Amino acid sequence: MAQENGHLFSSGHTACAGCGQAIAARLVVDVTGKNTIIANNTGCLEVFSTKYPESAWGVPWIHSLFENAAAVASGIEAALKFLGQKEKTTVICQAGDGGTADIGLQALSGMWERGHDILSICYDNEAYMNTGVQRSGLTPFETSTSTTPVGKQSLGNPRPKKPMPEIAVAHGVAYVATASSGYPQDIQKKIKKAISIKGPKYIQIHVPCPLGWRHDSELTYDIAKLAVETGLYPLIEYENGKLTAVRKLSKIKPVEEYLKFQGRFKHIINSPEQIKQIQAIADYNIERYGLRPEPVNPSAPQPVNTQTKV
Amino acid sequence: MFGPLISKAATAKANKTGSWRVEVKPKFLQKDCIACKMCVLICPEACVSGEAKNTYLCDYEFCKGCGNCAAICPKKDISMVKEEEK
Ligand SMILES: Cc1ncc(C[n+]2csc(CCOP(=O)(O)OP(=O)(O)O)c2C)c(N)n1
Ligand code: SF4
Ligand code: SF4
Ligand SMILES: [Mg+2]
Repeated sequence: MAQENGHLFSSGHTACAGCGQAIAARLVVDVTGKNTIIANNTGCLEVFSTKYPESAWGVPWIHSLFENAAAVASGIEAALKFLGQKEKTTVICQAGDGGTADIGLQALSGMWERGHDILSICYDNEAYMNTGVQRSGLTPFETSTSTTPVGKQSLGNPRPKKPMPEIAVAHGVAYVATASSGYPQDIQKKIKKAISIKGPKYIQIHVPCPLGWRHDSELTYDIAKLAVETGLYPLIEYENGKLTAVRKLSKIKPVEEYLKFQGRFKHIINSPEQIKQIQAIADYNIERYGLRPEPVNPSAPQPVNTQTKV
Repeated sequence: MFGPLISKAATAKANKTGSWRVEVKPKFLQKDCIACKMCVLICPEACVSGEAKNTYLCDYEFCKGCGNCAAICPKKDISMVKEEEK
């Protein structure tokens, strides 16, 4: 059922003002269209879009448990195949970072391994937001969260982000990409590409959370862009296991530019030693994925098809 | 109680989230708009619409006043103003 203003995710949901996940979820379903069925893990998106008895969704949507959307989506896809209706229907399995990288990973791994024709979306706000900002496997290094508070004994989260895109690639997932709510058209382009490919697809979208990241609501867009522009959240695409495209950075910004607006990194801004460690993560990404505008060494083998920065 | 709970599509529109706004609201100036639709794409509330240049508006019944439409507008044609302003 389409909305009057053409969106399949409607106004009236109860996300916080400026929620990056609400931006991305609408962009995704508006591209996949009305012949979409969504299975959603537990998390903010599930809670703020379906305050019973209401729903913001304009397509069939189901929530069962925190950990099992991938199993539910697998069943939906198998049933559609049996009924001969899979060709015209897109099945989405979607979750937060906790639901994807930690608690739902077992079901997701099975879904990928069985080769279901399903698009998985991870809305990566980098912690368990709906229950009060606990650290997840996708929380960045040295982030302050309620389970990794900063103090005499702790500099914040002691572990780097789990490499979920590469974990998907290792499963043989046909199309794997990262995206960001700071680049709405890029999200829609990647969703379009994903649904043109048969088999499992994984797209991980960086979605600022004003509540958990402790930033002003109007900064959602700018902060999402800064994560990309510093090299901390590289926008990349893998097709059939090969890195096929990256968003080049025309001007690489220092990580402080990104960190300084967010309460979760306040302790880092006053610590040159910690800034250095975060900068090292960005520098590593820049080298690893080849994010510089010009190749450092023109005679080195080039990554394929690198797209230029808009 | 524990059976499946079923809701009708798009019924969330019953929640008039415009009452959440504090202090500021976006004002669509409709002067330099180039109809790029970036405000439509970014609005977390799915409440901005428009077609031709200088026709974009938001629905204040749902707008939470987050300010991202003003942040993204490449022509600075949306400004955040005090709630009382016309
Ligand atoms: C089995 C189980 N454990 C814990 C919870 C509590 N819980 C509900 S939502 C949530 C956090 C979800 O985090 P994430 O998947 O990152 O999504 P976000 O809310 O951040 O968007 C937790 C821990 C639950 N519902 N079920
Ligand atoms: S807590 Fe974060 S993810 Fe959840 S609704 Fe608020 S802004 Fe969105
Ligand atoms: S202020 Fe926020 S909620 Fe209101 S129209 Fe702009 S983007 Fe949408
Ligand atoms: Mg999360």
